[in-house]
Amino acid sequence: MSRTSTLQTDVRLEDLVGRQWQKPAFIKSNMWRWGLTIGAIIYLILAIGSLEVNWARVSEGLDRGLQFVLGFANPDFSSRAVDIREGLIESVEMTIASTVVGILISIPIGLGAARNIAPLPVYIVCRGIVAVSRALNEIIVAILLVAIFGFGPLAGFLTLSFATIGFLAKLLAEDIEDMDKVQAEAIRATGSTWTQWINYGVQPQIMPRLIGLSIYRLDINFRESAVLGLVGAGGIGATLNTAFDRYEFDTAAAILLIIIVVVMVLEYLSGIIRAKVQ
Amino acid sequence: MLKLEQLTKVYPTGDKALTDVTLEIPSGQVVALIGPSGAGKSTLIRCINRLVSPSSGKAILDDVELTALGSAGLRRERRRMGMIFQEYALVERLTVMENVLSGRLGYVGFWRSYFRKFPQKDVDEAFRLLDRVGLLAMADKRADELSGGQRQRVGIARALIQDPALLLVDEPTASLDPKTSRQIMRLICELCKERDLAAIINIHDVALAQMFVERVIGLRFGVVQFDGPPEGLTPDVLTTIYGEEDWKETIQKVDEEDLQDVVS
Amino acid sequence: MPVSSNKNGLKVWQRRDRNSQLLNWAGWLFGTIIFLYCWAQISDATEWFFVWDAPRIAADIGTRALPPRWGYIGTLWEPIWDTLNIATLGTLFALVLAVPVAFLAARNTTPNRYIIRPIALLIIVSSRSINSLIWALLLVAIVGPGIFAGMLAITIRSIGFCAKLLYEAIEEIDQSQVEAITATGASRWQVMAYGIVPQILPAFAGIAVFRWDINIRESTVLGLVGAGGIGLQLQGSLNTLAWPQVSLILLVILVAVLISEWVSAKVRGAII
Repeated sequence: MSRTSTLQTDVRLEDLVGRQWQKPAFIKSNMWRWGLTIGAIIYLILAIGSLEVNWARVSEGLDRGLQFVLGFANPDFSSRAVDIREGLIESVEMTIASTVVGILISIPIGLGAARNIAPLPVYIVCRGIVAVSRALNEIIVAILLVAIFGFGPLAGFLTLSFATIGFLAKLLAEDIEDMDKVQAEAIRATGSTWTQWINYGVQPQIMPRLIGLSIYRLDINFRESAVLGLVGAGGIGATLNTAFDRYEFDTAAAILLIIIVVVMVLEYLSGIIRAKVQ
Repeated sequence: MLKLEQLTKVYPTGDKALTDVTLEIPSGQVVALIGPSGAGKSTLIRCINRLVSPSSGKAILDDVELTALGSAGLRRERRRMGMIFQEYALVERLTVMENVLSGRLGYVGFWRSYFRKFPQKDVDEAFRLLDRVGLLAMADKRADELSGGQRQRVGIARALIQDPALLLVDEPTASLDPKTSRQIMRLICELCKERDLAAIINIHDVALAQMFVERVIGLRFGVVQFDGPPEGLTPDVLTTIYGEEDWKETIQKVDEEDLQDVVS
Repeated sequence: MPVSSNKNGLKVWQRRDRNSQLLNWAGWLFGTIIFLYCWAQISDATEWFFVWDAPRIAADIGTRALPPRWGYIGTLWEPIWDTLNIATLGTLFALVLAVPVAFLAARNTTPNRYIIRPIALLIIVSSRSINSLIWALLLVAIVGPGIFAGMLAITIRSIGFCAKLLYEAIEEIDQSQVEAITATGASRWQVMAYGIVPQILPAFAGIAVFRWDINIRESTVLGLVGAGGIGLQLQGSLNTLAWPQVSLILLVILVAVLISEWVSAKVRGAII
């Protein structure tokens, strides 16, 4: 019984030997495969054609690019030290305040957006808020809020809070929907009220992830706060914008280096904290 | 054909996996390597094809000193040593045919293998081997669609298409049920006989080893404790290899099972 | 020791003992003070007069912006096409560049752990830390305003993102499959093509589509700094206070984002 013949089919060796072999195609239908390939090629040609690179301008700009790279080798922290410090502090303030407020608001919304614990009308409203918050780019929200509330960090703070809600509430809701039902049911079986149930049955399960996500969002908010200044919503972005406008690449490089370092430190810390809570 | 001379492996952690292993395997001989987990069985066969670099000692295959080869020479010699793995180690997202043909990688150039343009004789041989292991109909299935026993058959075909002189087999049955285990062991041993292949088979199941091989090597803490025919595995010998335990049961059970096997 | 005796000698159970309880409260207090301080600073920098006026201004803008100027859509088709190209080409170039970076950064494939890997990680973190709008600002200064600058900005920003996710996928591969291919006598590149690439291909496709989706969103605003796409029209309309055009552009962006999200969800579903 050397030849296990559990797979008796009409495939015969004699038919296959001597034949060429090809890897079965990823897309089975010939028409679709060729259609998609040709479509992709045509698109690429058109898209690259639309780029309109002005090489004269580029070669002219390369000199500036070089200056910028050199700026990194020799960043200038001092000549605009006051602006940089104030911008950076404002960015940090916006980041912290908006993350805190964002978390506080996204918890109830996250609970409401989880289908397994929220009634349908609440679910729809909360999911709607999440969808709107996610669909609108931070910069666009910032522009509108600056138009309404005037220039300054308040607009930036509101923008980041709003963006945090979309991010955290969505992930939180998904986490609640994936949670272990048995644990939650066991608490409910003790005759607990709804809030007790959330406190004992749901909260312990989602807490580690909530902390991890909050720290991750703190990191994102800091990065975002660095660009909000471009549209007048406060933070270090305004200083950066000025530096670019004046072609002060050494100052710009200094600011970018600061941002990179802060992000690296935040990532490192968040890695430690997340490892600790999980 | 294969000669090991005082092969020793010390891991960077200081663990001594192999100590002065010296043995010789003539061509066409199938050897079972037994011993408790952590005895160095896996390390030993990996030192032969240098997936693990030995710390000292020599491994010699037909007058070629494997332990002294540079990377090009090593690739050339690896073609002559087919390896079969415990968890099959098939590339799960490739088809059965691609997995079998990957055994020819050492013989074809990069672009040829990249575009799957293997020579026709390799393709024919792959089909023949798939037919031999009973999986011809599955050639274009993806490897992760197969059952454990089927995957191991693909693994065997991949090793044989290399046209090796030596098979290195690492716990071929550890992830399989008892019946499939026997079928796989039987298949490996039959193929070795057909092709006059030498083989080193790591196996922790003593009973299974006794059923199929002509020579057994017992390893404990990286030292060879026993080297002889399967009949020589007395309870005393097994105690030196595995430690204190009532071995009569095991041996007897083997005999009974063997009888049943013959009857059925 | 969560169980302690109170004055009457009764055992009471508490979740934390007194020290950790104090520490816990101190932590919360400290956090609250920081938050209040930040808020006070923001509040100081705010003209509250404008804020109290905000509802009126919002209502005012609202009435000016609605209904959107539908006729304006004719001039928007080309910027929409540009935006799509910025995002798609940017993603493609980023993927091409991210693959080698990822292989150099992954612990199990890097040729050198002490020199090359840190360099690759530095490339990743620099690219990731800086928003595409800032890259665009820089590139507009270097290569001049236009789609090209936008595409480069998207490319540079996406390299880090894609390379990070990809190198994590490479580090998680099943090493025994690689071992098996190595044992056949395959060369280094063949091991890559047969042992590693098939294992990371699904992750790669997922990352590509995920990033493309994000890039569509990001490329809609690059025009604000002159880097091409529909953001240019947005900037122009905002500058001339043409609110009906602004509302139409925002609507278009919203639709584009929804479509790209739908497409990426479909494609991801088809791959995995």
